Amino acid sequence: MLPEKNPRDVAIEEIPDEWFTWREQNKEEQERLSRPSLSYWNDAWRRLRKNYLAMTGLVFIIILVLMAIFGPILSPYDANIGVLSKQYQPPSAEHWFGTDSAGRDVFTRTWQGARISLFVGFMAALIDVTIGIIWGGISGYKGGRTDNVMMRIIEVLYGIPYLLVVILLLVVLGPSLLTIIIALTVTGWVGMARIVRGQVMQIKNYEYILASKSFGTKTSRIIRKGLLPNTMGPIIVQMTLTVPSAIFAEAFLSFIGLGISSPNASWGVMASDSLGAILSGNWWTLFFPAFFISLTMFAFNVLGDGLQDALDPKLRK
Amino acid sequence: MLKYILKKLLIMLLTLWIIVTLTFVLMVTVPGSPFNSESSSNEIVQQNLERHYNLDKPLPVQYLLYLKSVVTLDFGPSIKQSNQSVNDLLGRGFPISAELGFFTVLVAVISGVTIGTLAALRHNGIIDYFAMTVAVLGISIPNFILATLLIQQLAVNWSIFPVATWQSPKHMVLPVLALATGPMAIIARLTRSTMLEVLTQDYIKMARAKGLSPWKIIVKHALRNALMPVVTILGTLLVGVMTGSFVIEQIFAIPGMGKYFVESINHRDYPVIMGTTVFYSAFLIIMLFLVDIAYGLLDPRIKVNKKEGD
Repeated sequence: MLPEKNPRDVAIEEIPDEWFTWREQNKEEQERLSRPSLSYWNDAWRRLRKNYLAMTGLVFIIILVLMAIFGPILSPYDANIGVLSKQYQPPSAEHWFGTDSAGRDVFTRTWQGARISLFVGFMAALIDVTIGIIWGGISGYKGGRTDNVMMRIIEVLYGIPYLLVVILLLVVLGPSLLTIIIALTVTGWVGMARIVRGQVMQIKNYEYILASKSFGTKTSRIIRKGLLPNTMGPIIVQMTLTVPSAIFAEAFLSFIGLGISSPNASWGVMASDSLGAILSGNWWTLFFPAFFISLTMFAFNVLGDGLQDALDPKLRK
Repeated sequence: MLKYILKKLLIMLLTLWIIVTLTFVLMVTVPGSPFNSESSSNEIVQQNLERHYNLDKPLPVQYLLYLKSVVTLDFGPSIKQSNQSVNDLLGRGFPISAELGFFTVLVAVISGVTIGTLAALRHNGIIDYFAMTVAVLGISIPNFILATLLIQQLAVNWSIFPVATWQSPKHMVLPVLALATGPMAIIARLTRSTMLEVLTQDYIKMARAKGLSPWKIIVKHALRNALMPVVTILGTLLVGVMTGSFVIEQIFAIPGMGKYFVESINHRDYPVIMGTTVFYSAFLIIMLFLVDIAYGLLDPRIKVNKKEGD
């Protein structure tokens, strides 16, 4: 039925019901997801994958880990025992990376060194994270006086140059891998604790935490379930950046003779051992450890940078 | 402002006291006496030696004596190097290390800021990519490796610079270069990212609209704000340079403090270890304190400089 008047002239109250037609609601269509649901980690991974430099770093780290595990096993030579008659052999089919001043196979020693470097790096990062999360979590969550005292302690520790602690501890405990790791973590966790505290202080004021509190949830559970998962992003980034600095510290200490010492292999020891050799033209003894230290530091640094961008929710598209 | 400074000062003193005590405790618990290597000495000689260096007194007395020596800045004689006091060693080593450190920081800041600014101005251009590649390499290559490469190429192969020691400005080039590259790379990256952020802000657009020359805009307006984060990391940077100078002084045979420090550890020369540790820490902590104050003065958003007049 057509209206007599032009529809535009009809006042809203006068519109007859027949003008409206009922359309069937499609329940399924309404509920359908037009985009795949992405969790925070899915999303971060998607963004990281597009960052070629960071992915190169990640792939290299995986290869390095595999070689550190299998390299020394696959090689027919022993890392610490050499044949003096085969001193300073250039890289060949027999010795892929050549041999050093004591006739030891540089290829085997490089991967043995990778084991030590990676072990120090990962252990230092792991211990830093553990202490940092506990300290920073309590400090940030409790606030007030507890926070004040805990932060003052951090401030004091922050002022102590880590190298002095490292060297003093090495003098007391004697040079060993364990000493290096202890020494690196004594002051190393401070940075992590600061980051966790900052994050926790920000997040603890959100409504879902309040809701959780009003249900009577225990403090430890709120920190564990409510706060920590949301602080993981910055923590992981900090971890990725801790690993290369620990690796550097180990190489550095071994280089000045305070860390692992010859004949044991570590990249720092190898570089230090070959200082004289390089002047006489035996470049490979220095080149391979130097190359892999640099490449490892590079890989962790670019991966850390990439993760920083990927894990930042503000950059979500 | 006064309250801020006092608070920082208090923490600084507390840190120093902890370092001093920690050094003492660690030195006392160290296995091995400094006189062990002298096999010829008999019991009486040993006792006399210990008396001379106050090692026979009970520990609390030793601790107090030690605190007194720290406060009066007199660290006593070196045990291993006869007729040399710790102060002599510090007096000889510190000026050289300070010179090395000063030039390193100078080179790192100037070149880092320049590279970072250029990269930001040519964002995503060839200069940008080149600068950032160099920066990532600079962060990745440890300074002791770089030092070795520099010696091998520039000193041995091409003989442009002397291999080692510390005499003329020419001797300084390689150590400073090796030590400054890492900090330079960090500063360049930091300057670039803050500069990129600053350049998009309205007041820069305003300055452009006013018709200021690009040079003036960058130097007077953009850089001033972009440099704030650089000031904040100067403290950490100093620590890094100090750490690095230990190994650089070893490689280039520079008679600075780092060399004495490492030597004293290998010789278990307690007074020298304690003296250099305390001196180094005090120096660094005072530097960090000054950086904190400088930051407070530079950043108008921090209210510490409100009462600067008094």
